[in-house]
Amino acid sequence: MGRARGATLSFYIALACLLLMVPILIVCVLAFSGEGYLRFPPSSFSFRWFAAFFGDTRWRQSLSSSLIIALIACVISTVLGFFAAYAFVRGDFRAKKIVLSVLLIPIIVPHVITAIAMYFVTAKFGLIGNVVWIGFCHAVVTLPIVVLILLSSLQGVDINLERAGLSLGGSRVYVFRRVVIPLAFPGIMSSALFAFLASFDELIISLFLAGVRAQTLPVRIWNSLHLELEPVIAAVSAFLIAVTGVVLLFDMLLRSLRDAKATGKDGST
Amino acid sequence: MTQRAHRAFDPSLLLLPAFALLILLFVIPLVWFFVGVLAEEGSVGAVVERFVDVLTAPGIVNALVTTNWISALVTVLTLVIGYPIAYYLANSTGWRFALVLFCIIVPYFTSVIVRTYSWMVLLGRNGAINQTLLSLGIIDAPLQLLYNKMGVLIGMTYVLMPYMVLTLYATMRSIDTNLVRAAYGLGASPLYTFRKVYFPLSLHGVISGALIVFILAIGFFITPALMGGPSDVMIAMLIERAVEITLDWTSAAIMSMALLAMTLVLYVIYYRVTDVRRMMGA
Repeated sequence: MGRARGATLSFYIALACLLLMVPILIVCVLAFSGEGYLRFPPSSFSFRWFAAFFGDTRWRQSLSSSLIIALIACVISTVLGFFAAYAFVRGDFRAKKIVLSVLLIPIIVPHVITAIAMYFVTAKFGLIGNVVWIGFCHAVVTLPIVVLILLSSLQGVDINLERAGLSLGGSRVYVFRRVVIPLAFPGIMSSALFAFLASFDELIISLFLAGVRAQTLPVRIWNSLHLELEPVIAAVSAFLIAVTGVVLLFDMLLRSLRDAKATGKDGST
Repeated sequence: MTQRAHRAFDPSLLLLPAFALLILLFVIPLVWFFVGVLAEEGSVGAVVERFVDVLTAPGIVNALVTTNWISALVTVLTLVIGYPIAYYLANSTGWRFALVLFCIIVPYFTSVIVRTYSWMVLLGRNGAINQTLLSLGIIDAPLQLLYNKMGVLIGMTYVLMPYMVLTLYATMRSIDTNLVRAAYGLGASPLYTFRKVYFPLSLHGVISGALIVFILAIGFFITPALMGGPSDVMIAMLIERAVEITLDWTSAAIMSMALLAMTLVLYVIYYRVTDVRRMMGA
């Protein structure tokens, strides 16, 4: 009886995992299709759609817009998010939980509302299509992600190490640079990666702020999906999935680095 | 002297840059948008009148009903489908755990537009599912799976599933399985044990997961816009149309305020029942 139930659950889980992964896998297979139109399964395979993607100046332009915007959003949100997370872990102020939940509001508010409000202001300043500005706007929605990741990783930094640094005569800035940042480094790097990814994949804010000059990859995909399901979209999508894969892989490496540090610390005390 | 400098420094001040960004690029644009657009109506009375007009217009009432209905269905679907997955995650180790987590995490961090596109490819008239069913002789004509409510439900359930599973998993991980064993030891049936012991212990995760999925669902735009039909218009789509197509900024502002109010009320409830640090399922 118990075994039958276990088998049913295992079967269900296998099916669920399949359903979760099939959409991702199918896009990757289609990206290598050798055919001129969308068909599954493809009867021949080639790199022609990747060639079409990287060979088209407009797609390359979108790729560089995406990269620049994501880098700006990543740097701003990682720096500000690190300071904020440090304030939450070490600061002594009232209503911490409320202050934190206010800082997280940009993930909860529908992006359409945020995007339209930003568009309203951006149009007034004539900044539509300005990649630096879009990067700053993306930072608003990537900042909460950084704070959430760094909160847990900074909690692992022993306050006594900071106290020791200060009592030995190190300045605040020195202790920050030589103690806090090195200890929190894996967490800082993974939060930066996820901030980059969140901006790289963001569609709605970019859709409103991009104009014709700064269309990111998700915006170009969105525009094409309204016209026709052309196979080059599969190649671009597969590229975005690959970026996700790389980020997750790096995060895994950083996690093992962090765990190694944690056990090292435990061993010495 | 340096010692005094340390004491004078308050780490709380490091919050200021983050809040400066939030105020400059989030709060001010929102307030400016709402106030700026509504101020053009002239008087307070005119604004109130527009509010009543917009929020009672049949198209908008319809969209609000559709939005809540689809969001509720998606919440139930993610819960029913995701609950066993989270249970499995919480009660397995080694490669099984890693594999299932992998299958949750990869879609979770894949762009929403990519995930929506892949379902469009799968569900289309000549998509993979229809072609498979046709070639197996299960159906004679392609099924209409896309551009209707079915499409929206499949797409949104898929996109929001990881939030539900990870939230449930966070609660289930801390359930003491000895309690379940004790119930079995005392002769309780599996169903009785689940109803009276395990489910009540996981209820906190169920409520948190349902809230976060519902909150995210009511603001959804990309998936319903691409996968829905003419009768599946959600409120976020109407807001976008008002700005992009009809250029009716007043309606857009009023609908945005209504949606924002709904979201924030639900967020306050979410804040009360759960730990906001778990929001991303970490």
